[in-house]
Amino acid sequence: MFSKGTKRKFSDGDEEISDESLVGARVASSYSLQRQSLLDMSLIKLQLCHMLVEPNLCRSVLIANTVRQIQEEMTHDGSWHMVTEAFCGPGQSPSERLVATEVLCRSREQDAEPKLFSVISYEGCREEEVVADETLCSVSVSDTVSNVCLAGRVGQCWEKSELSGVERDEEALEDSRLDSGEDEEIDTEDGASTESPKTTGQVFGTFEIKNGSPGPDSALEELFSDVDTSYYDLDTMLTGMQSAPKMGPYDLLDSLAPSHSSPSIVSTPTCRSDLNELDHIMEIIVGS
Amino acid sequence: MGEDGESPKINHSFLRDYVTEADVISTVEFNQTGDLLATGDKGGRVVIFQRETESKDESEELGESGEYNVYSTFQSHEPDFDYLKSLEIEEKINKIRWLPQQNAAHFLLSTNDKTIKLWKVSERDKRPEGYNLKDEEGRIKDISTVTSLRVPVLKPTDLMVEVRPRRIFANGHTYHVNSISVNSDGETYLSADDLRINMWHLDITDRSFNIVDIKPANMEDLTEVITAAEFHPQHCHLFVYSSSKGTLRLCDMRESALCDKHSKIFEEPEDPGNRSFFSEIISSVSDVKFSHSGRYLLTRDYLTVKVWDLNMEKGPVETYQVHEYLRSKLCSLYENDCIFDKFECVWNSTDSVIMTGAYNSFFRMFDRETGRGVTLEAWRESSKPRAVLRTRRIYTGGRRRRGDVGVDSLDFTKKILHMAWHPAENIIAIAATNNLYIFQDRVNAENL
Repeated sequence: MFSKGTKRKFSDGDEEISDESLVGARVASSYSLQRQSLLDMSLIKLQLCHMLVEPNLCRSVLIANTVRQIQEEMTHDGSWHMVTEAFCGPGQSPSERLVATEVLCRSREQDAEPKLFSVISYEGCREEEVVADETLCSVSVSDTVSNVCLAGRVGQCWEKSELSGVERDEEALEDSRLDSGEDEEIDTEDGASTESPKTTGQVFGTFEIKNGSPGPDSALEELFSDVDTSYYDLDTMLTGMQSAPKMGPYDLLDSLAPSHSSPSIVSTPTCRSDLNELDHIMEIIVGS
Repeated sequence: MGEDGESPKINHSFLRDYVTEADVISTVEFNQTGDLLATGDKGGRVVIFQRETESKDESEELGESGEYNVYSTFQSHEPDFDYLKSLEIEEKINKIRWLPQQNAAHFLLSTNDKTIKLWKVSERDKRPEGYNLKDEEGRIKDISTVTSLRVPVLKPTDLMVEVRPRRIFANGHTYHVNSISVNSDGETYLSADDLRINMWHLDITDRSFNIVDIKPANMEDLTEVITAAEFHPQHCHLFVYSSSKGTLRLCDMRESALCDKHSKIFEEPEDPGNRSFFSEIISSVSDVKFSHSGRYLLTRDYLTVKVWDLNMEKGPVETYQVHEYLRSKLCSLYENDCIFDKFECVWNSTDSVIMTGAYNSFFRMFDRETGRGVTLEAWRESSKPRAVLRTRRIYTGGRRRRGDVGVDSLDFTKKILHMAWHPAENIIAIAATNNLYIFQDRVNAENL
């Protein structure tokens, strides 16, 4: 279970010292792994809630509170950025559905330097930056070569109350695409969007991962296309109201863009589905 | 069927083990005298059992008291569809509550997720005969054939049980109804869903009065739901409701029309040593019951049952561990959703014993005087009629005895969620999936 790097340390001879730190590291990493897998499990449960005929409100609320609790703890830990950084590396192996698996497979390369979490501030020269709002609603990682790989909340585009919020987010995406260097703008954008009633209300992480390199695109899409982020909207979920019940975002795209074949929610993800989402988002922004 | 000499023998063995989802019992309730026992199932049916009254003479052993036999079966709720939300409404009966008997007929309230119905159960064992204008089959007679008048007489017939819907209380709830409770005033009752509690008058179906509303202005701020509610057994102005965060709120309807502000709130401070990500989920109260005396409250959360004194808000007076050995398995139970199971809890007639269900067809009884608990099993294979239930043990360490069940071999699909205790005697009804078990306390007459 432990990466190769850890094993090599033993042979160095500094056994006692590295033992203690190893034990500490093991405990910490196993706890954070457990926590991560719990978070993923919870998100999938919430996603599945929507597929039920009668979403159980009590169960949804309890799972949502658990998710919020984990995210709050992860924010305080400063380990929230690890989740997002894990996706920024090059050439990933074909991933499974669970995000946790992806994290587990990767060795920890990044510095242990803790990152500051603030809504507005910009962390200077780092390639990756993390913005998280108070309730850990949305986490966006923007890269210097910010290509939108996955934009969340596609399905929510159809919710009247959220249209404005989505547009704001899409503007952020657009900004990141056009002006990759001006990450500050994205910060403010996110900052502003957190004030909007929609995004502050969003309890769950809408994982807006903006990733640069085209390489990991397919892996990332494989990772996320099964995760229907529209279901992270608490309002939609708890009231069981969907403007297009039992239709996922891919079905909506299907009706919009018949030229693209869209997979079902649980089928093998393809790269095209996210391109479809992009098209769709652009259509909304452009207002066509 | 006709001759089937040529058709191959059909293997019916699989049918015995197959449990239709619709047959799963979802609620059990004795009436106020204990003579009637009603069960509701997932298919929307209600089955009423009646206790056979045998002629009791001096020499009869107490253990031979009457058995419960099927009295009536009827379809209470049908599957429905909410066209506005494009959601199905399940016909599963969530709760049944009997009304106090006022005349020869019996009345009960049954509810599914959305609609509460009042049913009248009446017996007919006589029928009029000798009509002048109708013949025996009910056809209108030809007037010219009627030559004399006679008075119709009532003749005894076979007993017929008629069940008729008398009231339908619809459109009162946006969310799923989880509780109903008849008020001691005999005229009103409350119904609680996830976010609201309504009070109804038994005679008025087109209006209900909202007495609790915890829906936040912004649904995204929702963090707590109502899980159960009950009227006080004696005070018609008091009721209690429990929440998913483990709190109990006692409300007095004399204080204000809308009882959002509680009179008393019962909450146990969290134990910091046991804190985990699942702390909130396992603290969610799945059932709350007033004691018969009206002085205590019994609550069930995932791992414990607690007794609360109405006069003390800061914590329960008694806590009983139902299955503490599951605390280390919470993650797996979260994964397979068992952690969301809603167990019920009940008092005995004298409030000295409390009972609740668990997994593996086990249920637990706690004697409040001694503080001790026993584990019993409701399982066909090990219970024969008239056999004495033997206590079971879960092996959690130490010396393992024969018959101990290991924690890892527990069957989490066999859960005892619903149960009822006779209001006067030591007779319990346990619902185990699609089976109903009725256990009686056998008192040896010689020992009295």
